[in-house]
Amino acid sequence: MAMPSDQINCLIVQAFPDAHIDLKDFRGDNDHFLLTITSALFGGKTRIQQHQMVYEALQGHMGTTLHALSLKTQIPTE
Amino acid sequence: MSLISDQIQNQINSHDIILYMKGNDKFPMCGFSSAVVQILKTLDVNFETVDVMQDSTLRAGIKEFTNWPTIPQLYVKGEFIGGCDIVREMYQTGELQTLLADKGILKFPK
Repeated sequence: MAMPSDQINCLIVQAFPDAHIDLKDFRGDNDHFLLTITSALFGGKTRIQQHQMVYEALQGHMGTTLHALSLKTQIPTE
Repeated sequence: MSLISDQIQNQINSHDIILYMKGNDKFPMCGFSSAVVQILKTLDVNFETVDVMQDSTLRAGIKEFTNWPTIPQLYVKGEFIGGCDIVREMYQTGELQTLLADKGILKFPK
């Protein structure tokens, strides 16, 4: 099970238009990703809620097509 | 409430720290589960583990219960704390230690 990084980027940009996205396919197998998203939309949310927003943006791929995606969410600093 | 969510609610109420994981604390079956076990062991706290690989209903049930698509999932005193990424981040910043100390679970804050 794998998912091309273009598709991940696309889904994230749709949900977080302002986001700075850093996506690393660290084994080069489209299956093990390190995803850091910086977006103002995370403001006022708990970390759990922030991650849930991202999982929602991934439209059910997380835990199914996407096996190993490490996630870090950040709010932009001025 | 369905049977499985009753069962989960009962489990998280019965243990101060409970980790839904793949495998068990001696033989974690996934790197993410293993990382959380290592953190809990480093903190020297007692914790219960539930191996979701033994029960596909539970494996699906916990994802729905928490509204969280992945395993592991850590609960402390009935509250969902996070998956591997959040637990690791909280451990690195010291938030996890503070949380466990505040809840009277961590005896010797490190």
